[in-house]
Amino acid sequence: MNERSIGQSLSRAGLTLVRPRGAVFLLLLVLLVWITVLNPSFAEPGQLMRFIQRVAPVAIVAIGQYFVIVSGEFDLSMGSLVTAQVVIAGNLIGQDDSRSIPVLGFMLLFGALIGLINGLVTTLLRVPSFIVTLGMMLALLGGILFWTGGAATGNPADGFRQIGRGGIRDVPIIDFLPWSALLLAVILAAAIWFSRRPFGKSLIAVGDNVTMARYAGVRVWWVKTSAFILSSLSATVAGVLLVGYAGVHPSVGRGYEFIAITAVVLGGVVLGGGRGWVVAAAAGAFALEALFTLLNFAGVPSTMRDAIQGGIIILAVAYSATTFRARRRRGPLETSPAMGKRPDPTLDPVSPALQDREPAGQRTDNGGI
Amino acid sequence: MTEQRVVEKREHDPGTPVLSVTGVSKSFFGVRVLHDVDLELFSGRVHGLVGENGAGKSTLMKIIAGVYERDTGEIVLAGEAVDHTHPIQAMRAGIATVFQEFNLLPERSVAENVFLGREPRRAGFVDNKGMASRTAELLAELGIDFIDPTARVGTLTVAEQQIVEVVKALSFDARVISMDEPTAALADNEVELLYEIVRKLAARGVAVLYVSHRLKEVFDLCDTITVLKDGALVSSGPAAELDTPELVRRMVGRSISTFFPPVVAGTAVGETRLSVADAGNAYLDGIDFELRAGEILGVAGLQGSGRTELAEAVFGAVPFTRGRVELDGRPVRIANPRAGVKAGLALVTEDRKAQGLALGQSVVDNALLVIRGVFARRTPAARRTVPGILSSLEVSSRGLDQEVQYLSGGNQQKVVLAKWLATGPRVVVFDEPTRGIDVGAKIAVYQLMRELAHQGVAILMISSELPEVIGMSDRILAMHDGRLVAELPGDSTEEAVLLAAAGHASGAAA
Repeated sequence: MNERSIGQSLSRAGLTLVRPRGAVFLLLLVLLVWITVLNPSFAEPGQLMRFIQRVAPVAIVAIGQYFVIVSGEFDLSMGSLVTAQVVIAGNLIGQDDSRSIPVLGFMLLFGALIGLINGLVTTLLRVPSFIVTLGMMLALLGGILFWTGGAATGNPADGFRQIGRGGIRDVPIIDFLPWSALLLAVILAAAIWFSRRPFGKSLIAVGDNVTMARYAGVRVWWVKTSAFILSSLSATVAGVLLVGYAGVHPSVGRGYEFIAITAVVLGGVVLGGGRGWVVAAAAGAFALEALFTLLNFAGVPSTMRDAIQGGIIILAVAYSATTFRARRRRGPLETSPAMGKRPDPTLDPVSPALQDREPAGQRTDNGGI
Repeated sequence: MTEQRVVEKREHDPGTPVLSVTGVSKSFFGVRVLHDVDLELFSGRVHGLVGENGAGKSTLMKIIAGVYERDTGEIVLAGEAVDHTHPIQAMRAGIATVFQEFNLLPERSVAENVFLGREPRRAGFVDNKGMASRTAELLAELGIDFIDPTARVGTLTVAEQQIVEVVKALSFDARVISMDEPTAALADNEVELLYEIVRKLAARGVAVLYVSHRLKEVFDLCDTITVLKDGALVSSGPAAELDTPELVRRMVGRSISTFFPPVVAGTAVGETRLSVADAGNAYLDGIDFELRAGEILGVAGLQGSGRTELAEAVFGAVPFTRGRVELDGRPVRIANPRAGVKAGLALVTEDRKAQGLALGQSVVDNALLVIRGVFARRTPAARRTVPGILSSLEVSSRGLDQEVQYLSGGNQQKVVLAKWLATGPRVVVFDEPTRGIDVGAKIAVYQLMRELAHQGVAILMISSELPEVIGMSDRILAMHDGRLVAELPGDSTEEAVLLAAAGHASGAAA
């Protein structure tokens, strides 16, 4: 229904808003209106563009994380990779504009390589992605600290920095159209297109039921690895944008992986895979940043950011989990007889395996002749 | 010790049953799976419960164990009406069940598993020593000296784990112990040990309910045999009054209904499509068969005979590691499902939810899954044909974008079929194609098989339902212990197929 909601009637859209898939758009709207009430100048086109420019790297990282999460995995290495790319750009380009293109190419290759490693170790060596990407996060961070000595070093040529901070000036109405907003729009469009392709659909199916996907002939290792590559490439792009206005510092990408996961979860993408819409994930990033902006206006200290983010991630997962559970319960014709009477696992140690005993449909016998 | 004395007293009074079940019925979603069943278990006796697949044996056992609630009827334990709604209640009341899959924690010791949740304490700490010595005592009572109470359960063999389950039951002072197909996972030499244990339990005064489809075991062990068929009681009486043919007759004695559609006119069994020669893997050995275009080849086997493994090996999910496979006369190596799909194979798996469907995705997304995953270039064409396939299968859903988890079992199975039909397969392997689906959907599946055969598709149908195997197959292969042991004509009797699948040489004569 994701794909079709654009063309559907308003009442249907209204219903969608209160479901996990649509709730994020409602939340975003409420937050934007609230900010505008507190600070009317926020609604001015120029201000709004500045807001989009600031959110763009976060939203792009969230789009990349979306593909990994929907395939049933996690990518914790994104933040370190963002930092690594920023440091690479800062140090390898320097003040020489002519190096911009080759270094950009190198950064994309490096990002793809990191994703490839994450994906292959997860799928072929069967190491949980949580661990693989945690290791990658630390390895990259260690590499950066070793290289830079922990201090802010390097400063790329101004031409390169324009990607993140520049834009098209004197545009009617909005006055200033940042490159990063354009880039975000292009990436989002590409992500929507990709997620509707056979490959994108296979990715979601793998996240829903990996055993089934294998039995259906889907090349599971490659599908998941591609998701990791996409996520690493998105971290690379975010790095390119961040160089523009955040400067080169070994902590520039710190926490991006968690921001991305929070945004994706806020967008109603279910952890564990198989469900969610990439546009909602991007909207999650906007809602998250809008919330921080609002809190900023309200005078909440920015040091509270991590704590708030932690609360949001728990609430968002709990909300989508309870909603999906309620829908499952209401769903007609649940065929497994065990469902009608699931022993309470907290009561005793005997029951959990009892539930496992009825894996498939209406099995009243265990299959002898 | 008090309990011991009570046990002795019960032994002196075999006239009253320890457990009596009267008039128990149970329905799932309007389908009655047990109808007014009675059962009486006596102290010190082994009671065999037999019946075909779907006869209601496991349901009855689970009602006694407190896993399912009964709809009607009553259960009386030692003169007292009981109403257990949870397995632990039944366990505490003295009704223990050894299920086919064990409830053991592999990382904990034998003693810890036995006393899980009720560990003896000393000064507030778990009394490990006491726990181990009590476990050792219980083991000794069964005459077992080769299991160390402090050993990790994960290091034990399946047979030893089963003994741990029995010891756990004993530690609850169980008066009734039910065992569900206890030999299914055991090797031949371990079966003898299990017999020994069952006899010791009976000697202790325990009433044993022994659920099995292996008739030899039932005759070896049981004093009384109860036969269920289609959820109803057929007979219950001393084992001595029965013999194997009579028991088989009582279990299957029914005419094959007109349920199975006739062969579509003009269907011709053609050239050999798939031939497997001397193939095997860890589960299978000496697999030799030929499957022709337009043919439905049935495979009958008991649980544990390797029938599902055969389906998985042919399809490449758990591939053959030796032997030759030829498709249309050309040697092929199908090392994984993707290779199988590319070669033109399809596998309708036994476990629909785990292996067949992405439950959170829509009907159309599921139906397009294989195309998108393997033949991505054919997706645009398939998008046009799939709705037609779905409607010809009469999938009833609220729309093609409904998530399949909300469909009935029969409609889910039709979505699985559509997923494979979309690829235009040359060989379709069905593993338990009608498990857990309603009669209407069953007939639709059978008709589809006939239609596919008419189109020249080769069909390998694995099933534990004898009427289905006999009603649909052109030829029948009987499977036993990982081997194909006999080939029978399609019009064989249920008795002949059952005997062959049970490993009796007499069935192989045909």
